[in-house]
Amino acid sequence: MAEAILEVRDLVKHFPLTQGIIVKKQIGAVKAVDGVSFDLYRGETLGIVGESGCGKSTVAKLLMNLERATSGQVLYKGEDITRLSGKALKAVRRNIQMVFQDPYTSLNPRMTVGDIIGEPFEIHPEVAPKGDRRRKVQDLLDVVGLNPEYINRYPHQFSGGQRQRIGIARGLALNPEIIICDEPVSALDVSVQAQVINLMGRLQKEFDLSYMFIAHDLSIVRHISDRVGVMYLGKMVEIGDDEQIYEHPTHPYTQALLSAVPVPDPESREHRERIILTGDVPSPANPPSGCRFRTRCWKAQDKCATETPLLAIPERFKNVDSPAAHESACHFAEEKDVVGAA
Amino acid sequence: MTIMEKAGPEQTGATGTAPLLEVRDLHVEFHTRDGVAKAVNGVNYSVNAGETLAVLGESGSGKSVTAQAVMGILDMPPGRIPKGEIFFRGQDMLKMSAEERRKIRGQKIAMIFQDALSALNPVLSVGYQLGEMFRVHQGLSKKDAKAKAIELMDRVRIPAAKERVGDYPHQFSGGMRQRIMIAMAMALEPDLIIADEPTTALDVTVQAQVMELLAELQREMHMGLILITHDLGVVADVADKIAVMYAGRIVETAPVHEIYKAPAHPYTKGLLDSIPRLDQKGQELYAIKGLPPNLLRIPSGCAFNPRCPMAQDVCRTDVPPLAAVSDTRASACHFWKETLDG
Ligand SMILES: Nc1ncnc2c1ncn2[C@@H]1O[C@H](COP(=O)(O)OP(=O)(O)O)[C@@H](O)[C@H]1O
Ligand SMILES: Nc1ncnc2c1ncn2[C@@H]1O[C@H](COP(=O)(O)OP(=O)(O)O)[C@@H](O)[C@H]1O
Ligand SMILES: [Mg+2]
Ligand SMILES: [Mg+2]
Repeated sequence: MAEAILEVRDLVKHFPLTQGIIVKKQIGAVKAVDGVSFDLYRGETLGIVGESGCGKSTVAKLLMNLERATSGQVLYKGEDITRLSGKALKAVRRNIQMVFQDPYTSLNPRMTVGDIIGEPFEIHPEVAPKGDRRRKVQDLLDVVGLNPEYINRYPHQFSGGQRQRIGIARGLALNPEIIICDEPVSALDVSVQAQVINLMGRLQKEFDLSYMFIAHDLSIVRHISDRVGVMYLGKMVEIGDDEQIYEHPTHPYTQALLSAVPVPDPESREHRERIILTGDVPSPANPPSGCRFRTRCWKAQDKCATETPLLAIPERFKNVDSPAAHESACHFAEEKDVVGAA
Repeated sequence: MTIMEKAGPEQTGATGTAPLLEVRDLHVEFHTRDGVAKAVNGVNYSVNAGETLAVLGESGSGKSVTAQAVMGILDMPPGRIPKGEIFFRGQDMLKMSAEERRKIRGQKIAMIFQDALSALNPVLSVGYQLGEMFRVHQGLSKKDAKAKAIELMDRVRIPAAKERVGDYPHQFSGGMRQRIMIAMAMALEPDLIIADEPTTALDVTVQAQVMELLAELQREMHMGLILITHDLGVVADVADKIAVMYAGRIVETAPVHEIYKAPAHPYTKGLLDSIPRLDQKGQELYAIKGLPPNLLRIPSGCAFNPRCPMAQDVCRTDVPPLAAVSDTRASACHFWKETLDG
């Protein structure tokens, strides 16, 4: 059994919905993350997929303690980081870093690249004493494939792919163990995406990093992930290794999601079964009772409205030696032939 | 000879001799403070009634600017069309009077944009904006125009159209807004639709819904469709033929089935090779090296030569013409034969 470096237990984040300008009255809550549990193993890449608004970025921020959890735990080496503050939090944060989606807005335009990458050293001077910083930053530029002489340039002088490399260099500065990547290549062109994905793969090996990799491109997630979790409306609905999720999904939402991915092969057009979901994702302020996917599910029964399915290996697959035997939160979990993402 | 489309088999079909739309040697430049940006440098493509042409290319390659020139909505100045012809049903639109062009725009050629929210007027109801098409172009009364608007909303499968006709754009989800854009484009039953990245901002499940709707309406109304995208999956799913753009030129055109099997331009090949494949899991992705050129300083010879694995001296000096590879294909590469074989 692999060693869990992060254990996420029943994590909840509700954003209050308020009314009134002077006297704010809470009239409800956006249930952005509503009881999510999973482990991140040392050295692995855990991919997280799901449609926009399902809570992926909120999970990422909770793991970084950038948002305070409403309830639940995030255990880093056994210690609950949602309860930490001050010095103890600072010490943990060194080991968990984040790379953001938008290389255009996540870098301060008025700071030089050297200052951006070196900024974490201001908070953690113990990692790099003042006299040593310039050299450290240049090393980092080199590691991510940028010319170390660019240290005094500003973000606008770089392309999108290069800016993402700057973001990655900043993430690496404190020698973290975990990097949370929130859609790190979504804003990049295809040819540049591949370069950044390859860089991240090399860095993972070199620095023994654990990645949580959030993305909506399912084929890229498959390429780099050891395991994949699928989220829907604040819940994790299915999780397993890449083959279990992509070749043997048992949750209807995962099946629909995979079948919707266009396959870059025109020959597959004729013989593909597509599950076209109807309607929109319901509002997280007012999610359906029971299974949240039931309002769009072709298999829904009465039970789905009254009993919330738990994320566990379904009863029928419990003692079966099959890739279908993985955690899936559906009362009627079963395999279905879908041509998934390449 | 660079106009290979003339040889296309579709032209001998029942619809007559001239293609619905044919762009010939189109050039567009922008006069900026830093110099002249050559955004479009000799584009050739054509599309017939009932046919889907996909225009594929990375951001900045000139896809949208070409489409804006066809639509007649280019900002001039700073834009300028120093050269080129745009035939609609055999008539060069660039030679038409403003009045003649205005009649074609919206009625004969309509456009769907990526960002529906900014393409719609935020302070007018969706029903009013849809109805406006009929009031202005067909002189319908307010009441009849509203009825038409509801009919259109039904047609693009917006649930509860009658109740929602008075709602404003921001009250709809991204997918529903894109349906409204489609309804608006379809309103006057045009002959040609230009869809500029219509699903790029949407989740895959919503993308599947929208693309299915678009394809269905196109079939019913036998329209020509120009689909601008950077997604090789979407192209494989819906296109009949494809035009690949790089640095403002078409570098390859071909029927969709043939290009995925055997590309005849190293750039197309590079794009196809960088798609993650199952048997490459855990390995590095193929990545096209370097970056797309700055349009103020396009490399001499073939614009792709600094990134091309096949580049020879001739590629640095001579611009390769878009030359016929077969009756239905063309490639702008000095070494298309070698690329096709390799
Ligand atoms: N600070 C916030 N205040 C209120 N609602 C929020 C806030 N941040 C996120 N949300 C809501 O929480 C839900 C999940 O958002 P997010 O985690 O960003 O989703 P994803 O990253 O999967 O697209 C969305 O409905 C979003 O609008
Ligand atoms: N109004 C404008 N003024 C100056 N440059 C422009 C203008 N519109 C587009 N461009 C430039 O033309 C080039 C091609 O743009 P575009 O056609 O939008 O690319 P694509 O749609 O392929 O991403 C880009 O470099 C862009 O900056
Ligand atoms: Mg997000
Ligand atoms: Mg564009």
